[in-house]
Order: sequence, then C-alpha cells, then structure tokens
Amino acid sequence: MFRRRQQRDVPELNTTSTADISFMLLIFFLVASSMDDIDKVMPRQLPPPEESTQVQELVVKQRNALVLKLDADNRLTCNDEVITPEALTERVEEFVANAKNDPSLPEKSRREVNLFGLCEVSDKHVIMIEADSKATYDAYFQMQNAIARGYMHLRNQLAMQHFGRPLTKCTPEEREAIQMVYPQRISDRSETEEGGEQ
Amino acid sequence: MRFDRYSFRKKQRPDVPMLNTASLPDLIFTVLFFFMLVTHMRSAEEKVRYSIPQGQELQSLTHKASNCYIFIGRQPGAAPDEFSIQINDKVVKLADVEKCVDAERAKMASDDQAYMTVTIKADKQVPVGLITEVKKALKKTYALKINYSATEK
Repeated sequence: MFRRRQQRDVPELNTTSTADISFMLLIFFLVASSMDDIDKVMPRQLPPPEESTQVQELVVKQRNALVLKLDADNRLTCNDEVITPEALTERVEEFVANAKNDPSLPEKSRREVNLFGLCEVSDKHVIMIEADSKATYDAYFQMQNAIARGYMHLRNQLAMQHFGRPLTKCTPEEREAIQMVYPQRISDRSETEEGGEQ
Repeated sequence: MRFDRYSFRKKQRPDVPMLNTASLPDLIFTVLFFFMLVTHMRSAEEKVRYSIPQGQELQSLTHKASNCYIFIGRQPGAAPDEFSIQINDKVVKLADVEKCVDAERAKMASDDQAYMTVTIKADKQVPVGLITEVKKALKKTYALKINYSATEK
C-alpha cells in the first residue's frame, strides 16, 4: 500500500501557463477577426463589351418592354408613370407572369422545360433600366431590389405550386427549371445613355 | 478528528487552499473556438467610409477565393460629394480601375480566375454615374459577374 502511493506520485506537468497561452490566442482572434456576418449581396451579370459583339439595336415590341427610369431627383417612373419601389414589385410580377395572357403584357412561348414538360415560358419580356447619372446609388439599388423581389415572388409561387416547398428548399435542378420559366431579363441602359460623361 | 480539522485548525492556519485552475484553459479554449467559428478574418483594410444600402432579396457571398472587392465611399476628411474607389487594399483613380481589376485577377489561382466576381460596396449617396463608369471598366476587362453588397433589412 505504501509503496504504490509513492510510485504514483509522478510530478504533474505544470499547466498554469496554458491558460495564458490560450488567452493570447483568444485575444489574437478577437483583434484579427471581425464579427459582422458574411456579406450579403445581390448578384448581377454584366453584358459583354460592345466591341466584341456586333452592335445590334435590340428591337423590342412595346408589349414586351417595361421601361424603368430613375431621374436625377431619384424619382422612379415605370412606363412614364411615377411609381414606388413597393408598387414596382407588384408591377414586375404582373408584367413577367402575364397570367391572363393580356395582349398588352409580354408574349410567352411554349417550350419544353425539364420537370415541367411543355409549358408557357415568359422569355420575351425585357425590363429596361435607365438611371440618370446623378441619381443616388441607394435609389438605384432599391429599384434593383424591387425587381428582384418581383421575380422572387413569382419563382416562389411556382415552386410552392409545383414542388410544394419554397424556392430555398428546392434542389438545384428544380431551381434551374423554375428559372427557365421565369428568366430574369434586365437590361441596364444607363451606360449608353450618358456617353463619355465624367 | 475531523471536527477538529474544520473548526479549530483553520483558524490557526489562515492558509487558504489554492483555487484549482486546471479547467481554466479548457474554458478559455471553448471561448476561443466560439470566436473562431462566429467571426471571420478581416479581408481588407478599408480606407473609405461608406454605408451600404438595405435590401431583401440578398444571397450570401460564396466562393470567397474568386471574389474581389471594390469599395466606393468617402475618404476621411473628404468633401461630402467626393468619392474614392478602393480596390481590395489600395485607393485607385477611376481610370485605373480596369488595370487594378486585371492585376487582382492575375493574383488569383487559375481555377478561380474564370469565376471571378467583383463585389461592389458602395455608399448610398454615390451617384449612379460613378457606378456606371466602374461597371464600364469592369466590362472592358471582362469581369462580368458583379455583386451589389447590401445589408439585410
């Protein structure tokens, strides 16, 4: 009994400084990292530069175009009527979906879509944006946001109807199919408008 | 004899037993890991001040390796309508945006270059004209995928 006790008495490793070391690490991470969450972004695709593709004046039928203008005082007009971003969301929805096949709203074409089969696709509409160079970025962004919301509502509706779950829960394949039905067609013409300003 | 030890001896020896700090490192490590998980490294030192707009239809930024930041805001002490452009670490002139984006692309791994995205973090008050000029420069260098950065409303 006595002997055993003596044998067990190995000197313990001194771990008093481990706390200090980990404190150091902790402080390093506190200083070198930032708390704000990962960036939230709205993705957009720019068209390729004009030189590379033939400059083709895109002729769009009037029924297929929704002309959005943002003037220097940040006033938003949609086909020459003043509109708020909230109303714009509904307008975009109505415009893109054209649920009643209204002849004044965009044409649709019948197409074979993966998972949906033959269905009507709204692939002719164009949302044309013209922003004055003196408008603020905030107003421009709110407009883009409103448009994106409109599309998102439509796609979500379709996802709920067909797959019984919101778009965020859909598989990539399903999402792609939905994007085929309601493609995002936005044309930003601000660049061509202002020429070589600034 | 137990009784004795508790009531009597203590008073004689004011030797307080040491606090056991054996679990302290574990505690601190837990806090450390928590911070390592919820924070992320600061990517670039921001030399311009900006407040980004708010939006609802936002997505999380993915593929950080192929991402390049453009900040547009005011430098400290600048006039309210004087905006500067910063690409990753350095403040650049509008005319140099194209060159700098090219240089940033060259720095990326060749796999990422094809997926290069430019995230624009611009102040709310920036005129659209400046944004359009930046976009034009991006188009010229074929950095066609862009992101507008915003905060969730």
